[in-house]
Amino acid sequence: MAGKQDQRIFPARIDVIPEVMDYVSHAAEKAALHPKRVMHIQLAIDEAMANICNYAYQTPPGEVLVRIQDKEGHFMVEMIDEGIPFDPLNMEEPDTQVGLEEREVGGLGIFLLRQVMQEVRYRREGKQNILTFVV
Amino acid sequence: MKINIANEQDYSVITVTGRLDTVTAPDFEKECAACKETEAQRIILDFAALDYISSAGLRCILAMAKKIKKTGGSVMLCGISGLVEEVIKVSGFDSFLPIFENVEQAVRGEA
Repeated sequence: MAGKQDQRIFPARIDVIPEVMDYVSHAAEKAALHPKRVMHIQLAIDEAMANICNYAYQTPPGEVLVRIQDKEGHFMVEMIDEGIPFDPLNMEEPDTQVGLEEREVGGLGIFLLRQVMQEVRYRREGKQNILTFVV
Repeated sequence: MKINIANEQDYSVITVTGRLDTVTAPDFEKECAACKETEAQRIILDFAALDYISSAGLRCILAMAKKIKKTGGSVMLCGISGLVEEVIKVSGFDSFLPIFENVEQAVRGEA
């Protein structure tokens, strides 16, 4: 990673997720993050990428820009796509207390992302969806 | 990810090694379809060698548990630790799936 900031563009495809994970994990390890935190980042990347790959582009695959910043002890990742405007943080959270019959399948990904990250933000800038998470 | 399925008399053990994530979940679903289907079936998911799970993996487990329950059977988890344990618990999956230390205890149904 050049300096404390780096970015790379990936095709928004499911099979590319391991590549994105490797890219970010490598930077996180370089930033001396605890291995448990690196796993959390992998989980966040997995969930955010799955969302973008499955829903962002009406004519897939589009692209996703991944930007990494390591500043003042905070490791920050931005995932930027130019898909349809979509705020994943606006989705209803799954009820994790209900039994098997009532339990619904959706919404778990973003829920997990929020659980393992210290901070998650979304903003729309022009044509871009920007999801930021900090560990 | 590697999957091994052992069909016993009245239960099946599915051993998963590696990572159960967005990329590998479709394979997990496909391979688990090879599980013997019986009445009141018990499926033991042995996750002792599973390093990582994401929501895609959770969805597979949920779908499996819902399907098995309809026929009077059940899905059990064992050997979870690290991130896998954290994800299972934070999602509340431990509230409807019995969790055991290892396969032997799951077979006997002892916590």
